[in-house]
Amino acid sequence: MLKFLIRRFLNYVVLVFIATSIAYLLAAATFHPENNYLQRNPPVPKAVVEQSLNDINANPETPLLVRYGRWLKGVLHGDFGTQFPRPESVNSEIGRRSLVSLRLLLLGTILGTVAGVLMGVFGAVRQRKFFDQASTIWAYLILATPTVVLILLVQTVGAYVNKQVGDPHFLPLTGEYDSTLHGAAFWSDRAMRLILPTITLGMFEAAFFSRYQRSTMLDVLGSDFLRTARAKGLTRRQALMKHGVRTALIPLVTFFAFTFGLILTGAIFTEKLFGWHGMGEFLIDSINNRDINSTAAVACFTAVLVLCSGLLSDVLYAALDPRVRAN
Amino acid sequence: MGTPQNVFEVDPSTDTPAAPVSELGAAPTKAVGRARLIARRFFRSRSGVLGVAMLGTIVIVAIVGPWLSKWTIDENDFAHILTGPGIGGHVLGTDSAGRDILVRTLYGLRKSLIIGLCAALITTTIAAIAGSCAGFFGKWVDVGIVWVIDLLLVLPSFLILAILSPILSGKTWLWLVLLLSIFGWMITGRVVRGMTLSLREREYVHAARFMGVPNRTIITRHLLPNMASLLIVDVTINVSFAILAESGLSFFGFGVQPPDVSLGTVLQENQTNVTAYPFTLLPACFALIFTVLSVNLIGDALRDAIDPTSGASRL
Repeated sequence: MLKFLIRRFLNYVVLVFIATSIAYLLAAATFHPENNYLQRNPPVPKAVVEQSLNDINANPETPLLVRYGRWLKGVLHGDFGTQFPRPESVNSEIGRRSLVSLRLLLLGTILGTVAGVLMGVFGAVRQRKFFDQASTIWAYLILATPTVVLILLVQTVGAYVNKQVGDPHFLPLTGEYDSTLHGAAFWSDRAMRLILPTITLGMFEAAFFSRYQRSTMLDVLGSDFLRTARAKGLTRRQALMKHGVRTALIPLVTFFAFTFGLILTGAIFTEKLFGWHGMGEFLIDSINNRDINSTAAVACFTAVLVLCSGLLSDVLYAALDPRVRAN
Repeated sequence: MGTPQNVFEVDPSTDTPAAPVSELGAAPTKAVGRARLIARRFFRSRSGVLGVAMLGTIVIVAIVGPWLSKWTIDENDFAHILTGPGIGGHVLGTDSAGRDILVRTLYGLRKSLIIGLCAALITTTIAAIAGSCAGFFGKWVDVGIVWVIDLLLVLPSFLILAILSPILSGKTWLWLVLLLSIFGWMITGRVVRGMTLSLREREYVHAARFMGVPNRTIITRHLLPNMASLLIVDVTINVSFAILAESGLSFFGFGVQPPDVSLGTVLQENQTNVTAYPFTLLPACFALIFTVLSVNLIGDALRDAIDPTSGASRL
């Protein structure tokens, strides 16, 4: 078992390394930070441009592979380089922003997954009843909605609610916290600000997982082992909980690693549109600023998260399926 | 967003049997061709009919609509800026530059539909070629392609496309279609590979190989036609995926570039007005939702019609 996990881990580490390298090389080949200096008036002296490009290791005169080598040396020492155009350390920026993103991601993922699994189970158990039909239509609608549109709709609804309540700050539409508040008011405001982004992120996941959970649950409901469980004297509820849901969760666990990339993308939109200063916003801003080092760092962060979710799903898989543990 | 749906749907039993020509000789009932059979099953399902009706309406409106309006796409009506629906001859109102929202949305819808269709066709073609080569040739070809698939799944395609977006500046939307396809084929490729692995061991493939039929012919004549049903369903899934991806990228300025208009750029132009003037955005929002919804409905109904035994019928 441990051997299996270690092997998976090493495989993931190699993938993360190569994925980050590819992101760096793509960014370094397509971004041209030197263009930022071209249209300045008065023109920036050439020596200054050279110097600042060298500082961020983005001088187009230097061959791409040499720049990559330098960048790699820094990364292996735990240094992601300098931002552009503001010459600040990427590391400290990431330290600050990753916590913001992780909070949003963790909360949204946990709530969304749990809600989705519950919806799927109920839908399957009461197949073709009202709840099943309603959740199916709901999931179809959510899955057909681009993340951007969903966020804009959630914000429109939020603005409408505020209007009805009569307090424009009842459900804050943007921002993560209000630094003018203190004490309990600060924290309650912060909690209110979490609501809309978390709902947005959670809804997508709930829609995804409810569909798959319903499908696998329906397969399990017709299985022999469930009938056996009933035959040996378990109540319907006991049989469903102990043998049904657990078995139906197994395929979902592998699916989790697949969808995590989509969740991350959803988080990019959520952060940017709700004005959260997290990694997603950092990615969009870095690309707009033609900031190679920051973009590569966000790619690395993303790849590491996908790695973690992959490992987590491996562990959960082993925990749920005894056959994996036996081998 | 619909692509991961096929992860679990490697169903090797979807061979296309030859048209059931009445084998028992004088069968009293008329033999039904496979295409007719699928069509009949498809139109018997409520979601299939609904999807076709919705998509048909959307396509017709997108093609005909712009001609019926007296406004053109870039025409500024400075007398009416951010006015609501129905004022000054603007059916759905105007945006912050005085442009007619209905006309812009319809032009955007056109572009989004074209991008979705083109990208889906190219994506499925790449997936079919890469997947069948990986499964058929095995060895290092297989290792290489599977490895590329794993790698591209570690980095979300949105991230790669966003990083590559500077390439797009000043270029036509055809480049976007190409990029969307290059980074969107992985999951389908996996499914095709899985099916090829099982088809490869069939007698008729062995027979073809022993007769000295070249590999290319085996793939195009014997392997891909047997996956046709999967590939057709996959095109519909990829249409919705491409439309969703395009709107997201364009929203941040990483997709369709200014002179061109897509639903994503219409959203982007009006996003600052979302809370104060929701009418500027809602048409594009609903156009996107209904387009993707109808394509998804068609895809699901098609899958059920082609393979009624697949578990997906309950999805």
